[in-house]
Amino acid sequence: MNRSVAETRERVEKSLKRRRWAELRFKTYGLCAVLLGLSFVVLLFGSLIAQGWSAFRQAYVVIEVHYDPAVLNPEGTATADDLAVADYAALVRTSLKTRFPDVEGRAATKQLAALVSNSAAQTMQKRLAEDPKRMGQRETLRVLASDKVDQLLKGRIDRTVPEADRAVSDQQLAWIDALVKDGSLSLAFNKGFFTQGDSREPEQAGVWGAVVGTLYTLAMTLALSFPIAVAAAIYLEEFARRNRWTDLIEVNINNLAAVPSIVFGLLGLAVFLNIFGMPRSAPLVGGLVLTLLTLPTIIIASRAALKAVPPSIREAALGMGASKVQMVTHHVLPLAMPGILTGTIIGMARALGETAPLLMIGMVAFIVDVPKGLTDPATVLPVQIFLWADSPERAFIERTSAAILVLLLFLVVMNATAVILRNRFERRW
Amino acid sequence: MSSATAPNEPAVAGLPVPVNCKTVGRVTVDNALLSARGVNVFYSGKQAIQEVSIDISRNEVLAMIGPSGCGKSTFLRCLNRMNDTIEGARVTGSIVLDGQDIYDKRQDVVQLRARVGMVFQKPNPFPKSIYENVAYGPRIHGLAADRVELDEIVHTSLQRAGLWDEVKDRLNNPGTSLSGGQQQRLCIARTIAVNPEVILMDEPCSALDPIATARIEDLIDELRASYAIAIVTHSMQQAARVSQRTAYFHLGDLIEVGETDRIFTNPRHKLTEDYITGRFG
Ligand SMILES: Nc1ncnc2c1ncn2[C@@H]1O[C@H](COP(=O)(O)OP(=O)(O)O)[C@@H](O)[C@H]1O
Ligand SMILES: [Mg+2]
Repeated sequence: MNRSVAETRERVEKSLKRRRWAELRFKTYGLCAVLLGLSFVVLLFGSLIAQGWSAFRQAYVVIEVHYDPAVLNPEGTATADDLAVADYAALVRTSLKTRFPDVEGRAATKQLAALVSNSAAQTMQKRLAEDPKRMGQRETLRVLASDKVDQLLKGRIDRTVPEADRAVSDQQLAWIDALVKDGSLSLAFNKGFFTQGDSREPEQAGVWGAVVGTLYTLAMTLALSFPIAVAAAIYLEEFARRNRWTDLIEVNINNLAAVPSIVFGLLGLAVFLNIFGMPRSAPLVGGLVLTLLTLPTIIIASRAALKAVPPSIREAALGMGASKVQMVTHHVLPLAMPGILTGTIIGMARALGETAPLLMIGMVAFIVDVPKGLTDPATVLPVQIFLWADSPERAFIERTSAAILVLLLFLVVMNATAVILRNRFERRW
Repeated sequence: MSSATAPNEPAVAGLPVPVNCKTVGRVTVDNALLSARGVNVFYSGKQAIQEVSIDISRNEVLAMIGPSGCGKSTFLRCLNRMNDTIEGARVTGSIVLDGQDIYDKRQDVVQLRARVGMVFQKPNPFPKSIYENVAYGPRIHGLAADRVELDEIVHTSLQRAGLWDEVKDRLNNPGTSLSGGQQQRLCIARTIAVNPEVILMDEPCSALDPIATARIEDLIDELRASYAIAIVTHSMQQAARVSQRTAYFHLGDLIEVGETDRIFTNPRHKLTEDYITGRFG
């Protein structure tokens, strides 16, 4: 075929137009996809912040209390143990009644007392135990308001609905307004949310127990899965000969990565709890189960990272007379480290978000105390979120969102650490 | 074929050549340092080289030439057991270094590779500093007692590789920041830093420009004074320039061995002649 130069040019010109158009179209698709993804992220964070932000503030009431010996120690013979179970709630009630002297009758008193969290009584008990000299004295205490008061102040309870359908009665509304007016009832930073464990009472429920449980569980997971996975990846990639056995192992590792996480939970229940008799709800077992879950992810990522190290580096090291172990530790591993770390973070992020397997080993139990070790009963953030999302009280809704924000913060911190570590290792010569 | 053994040399110098050796020319040398006898290499059962027997001697450069895929690299990699790292590779025959069979079970490959160094086709410095590149071998083999001694080794190695003047002010820069030719000289420096007896080079200049190539060729000529050198090259001019003996490979067979001058002026085998005169390759 003999075409003139002009004709060829013309044809190229035409095809050029088509290619440019295709390129433009492709770019637009890509941009749309990115924007769509981004808008979902914004939507997610937006709604979480809108919902959860208010949980970082909490209604507090300032009350004047009297450690009245007539109530706490009527016979004058109370021991420290007796004082621990004395009727502090009565003192809180009395304090409120002094503030509103015209309240009469059991029902009205009960309504008035409902404005303050029952943690007020505990606060009094603790302070007296701290310093027995407080007996007989008066002091001004800032205590938690009840969750209903809190929700009302945050505008989540509608004053306009009929009294019968409202969580707060007209009478209570009047008291609340009076307290707000004289400045003794107000919203302030919710310290308890970041320092306390879970509670049945929403105003006392904090996320710290779950955060510490998460830290223990993840530390356990990392301490086990990182060395095991890296060792396994190095063995498979650098030392093992390819044969039927290594093929089998490879296939199984890939399969393991796809196993639903609840299966690992059942395995943990059957093996760690029932056979080995390890404690229920403990970060120790949670870490073991999550290790099983993250191992395949880290192994696969580490193998990919090791594979990506140029063979010429291995040849250079071996050619110099380095042993295989020296070749790996001196040259291959440092170069593969960024990839291995990325894989580890992906695995840990997955572990951080896991709920199902932990339910199976009892980490879903209602736990008030902040865990102090690997064998203490604990829960983790996603399970805490699951528990709160399941609670009927209004005030748990904002706490659920707030806990999700804390979880996301966790993720962001983890990813940032990974990026920093990666940049540290990634020496692009 | 037999070789005359110098009276004060050990008898290994004259290792007998298998009778089925069809190589034209004299494969043995007086005073051999490394002797291959009847070497076969199989990759997953497929034979890559057949019955190769040849000697490599001290203070001499042996060039291996031949069309690509004829097994030059394969044979070279047998000499420091780099083929061990290839899965499915099997080597038969015997290779003797200074009276010691390197494929013997008791032979430690780490020790062997310290004695038989290798320079690869593509410069492959470690992604570390220039200093660390050269210091690595002495470090792992425990050649330097202290930092002063190590500095000294790095200095002399770089000097002998003709690189010292170019890098002395930036020893802490990455080795990969150098030009291709400098990188290859760094690899040579790295190899001679462990004081080997034999240096194997697999097309060390194929990735370099003519000026860098000329520098490496000069360097090889200087290094000949201290080492036995085997170099694979696809350039006949290079073989003619740097080597004293030349071996011609063809489809896994060692066809002809001889003095370089003789091979290029008066090849005895038809295949060698065809290759030399550029009829194929
Ligand atoms: N790692 C390997 N696996 C399988 N076959 C190989 C391998 N390396 C080389 N070969 C084969 O062995 C023969 C010789 O290769 P090689 O020694 O690299 O040749 P040359 O260096 O002379 O070009 C070729 O047919 C090549 O395909
Ligand atoms: Mg080759």
